[in-house]
Amino acid sequence: MLQIENLEVCYGAISALQGISLTVGQGEIVTLIGANGAGKSTTLRAISGILKPKAGRILYNGEEIGGLAPHKIVERGISHVPEGRMVFPGLTVLENLRMGAFRFNDTARFSKDLDYVYLIFPRLKERESQLAGTLSGGEQQMLAIGRALTGDPKFLMLDEPSLGIAPLLTKTIFAKITEINQRLGIPILLVEQNANLALAISQHGHVLETGRIILSDTSLALRSNPKVRSAYLGG
Amino acid sequence: MSLSDFFQQIINGLSLGAFYALIALGYTMVYGVLRFINFAHGDVFMIGAYCGYYITDRVQAVFGGKLMWASALVVLLFAMAVCAILGVVIERLAYRPLRNRPKLAVLITAIGVSLFLEYGGQFFFGAIPRAFPELIPDLPVGGLGTLVITTNQVLVFGVTVALLVALNYIVKHTKMGLAMRAVSQNATAAQLMGVNIDTVISFTFALGSALAGAAGILFAVSYPSINPLMGILPGIKAFVAAVLGGIGHLPGAAVGGIILGIVETFVGASDYSTYRDAIAFAVLILILLFKPAGIFGKATVEKV
Repeated sequence: MLQIENLEVCYGAISALQGISLTVGQGEIVTLIGANGAGKSTTLRAISGILKPKAGRILYNGEEIGGLAPHKIVERGISHVPEGRMVFPGLTVLENLRMGAFRFNDTARFSKDLDYVYLIFPRLKERESQLAGTLSGGEQQMLAIGRALTGDPKFLMLDEPSLGIAPLLTKTIFAKITEINQRLGIPILLVEQNANLALAISQHGHVLETGRIILSDTSLALRSNPKVRSAYLGG
Repeated sequence: MSLSDFFQQIINGLSLGAFYALIALGYTMVYGVLRFINFAHGDVFMIGAYCGYYITDRVQAVFGGKLMWASALVVLLFAMAVCAILGVVIERLAYRPLRNRPKLAVLITAIGVSLFLEYGGQFFFGAIPRAFPELIPDLPVGGLGTLVITTNQVLVFGVTVALLVALNYIVKHTKMGLAMRAVSQNATAAQLMGVNIDTVISFTFALGSALAGAAGILFAVSYPSINPLMGILPGIKAFVAAVLGGIGHLPGAAVGGIILGIVETFVGASDYSTYRDAIAFAVLILILLFKPAGIFGKATVEKV
């Protein structure tokens, strides 16, 4: 489905990704773990077109998408829930969800997708006409994910969905992520600093360190890997 | 000052404020999506007035000198269309290549574009002031005692209100308007939703410049002597109005324009009329001392 080959990305003179390769298959959840600044978010930003790759290829269903404008990538059904949620604070919840469906002109389709989002996150329906800026962190995360779903994604990228959210709510959100993956069959590329959670719901994992993938394995194997345990799983 | 004088000044102030409001909306919309002040905006207003100067006779000839309101409307729409295209071209040629450069570079370019339009205007239109043709015979249409409302004032208010209603509809209820608001709140997130940011920016320039073009026609109708430097002072004052209302805030720009127009008119009618611009700016300084983000602006801390 998604295939990255020797991807390099720079911020000016600073190299952020030094040639990484990975694949995400149909229906899979793949996770990237690693410390701050390892290049996890950079990888997602390069896939969604916010950053331009310096070298390497990004293939989506066999088509090269590296370097396309972000809206061209969204048109192909790739949806990126960015770090820090980035909901539109001055728009209502409903308007935010409408923005998620920006690539469609079909209102019947929107109301169907909206029903589905409200089914997964009933809280959003209650807050429909409220400004997104007034929501709690957890609700904003639900909105950010819901907003990606109204765009009917074929491939979903989630960046730090647990960041700044109460532990109990994090569990709920991760349960929803699994539900979305299983019920809709959407493959997910997940970046998460809570490696325990990420490895628990994913099939494959990659460990990034200063712009390189130093370890790739099944999530099950990574959880019992002593190196991963000491560095990322707290012993 | 008698009561009817007072209301007369209110009417004059509202009409001056209407020009400022229309121009200020363009400043504030562009600031919203690009976070930069388009200093060439006042000169787009001047181009709007010249569109009217060159086309009015022809349009009135087509209508056979009848249907003055209809021909006025055609002139207005023509000026708005020309200015919309001009705004889009300016952004495309001068600002877009500098999109990812330091903001200062774009700001200086905007000043350059402004000078280019002013002195290009002197070259093509001539530096001497021109008499703006009469769009509609300026007759009193109604009044109360010594209070008089003229055709031109009706035109100014009618067109301004219609444009504000249309703008509000576009921004609040259309897909492009939603995209504009989204881009102004978080451009990266808007891109991730599939918004083509270049389209939204072009659209914003077209919209703002069309309003400035309309203001140019209305201004020339009210003060029928036009020259290529006529955009400078109204441009700066409209910028002040936009800051006064809270830059980036649409109703704020309109309200800021009206306040500035009324203050200026009342000072102009008083014994201190020589100081009317100084007092207008003093009001700005006072408001900003107490409300640094403007009347409607929220105090925000720039994120690093």
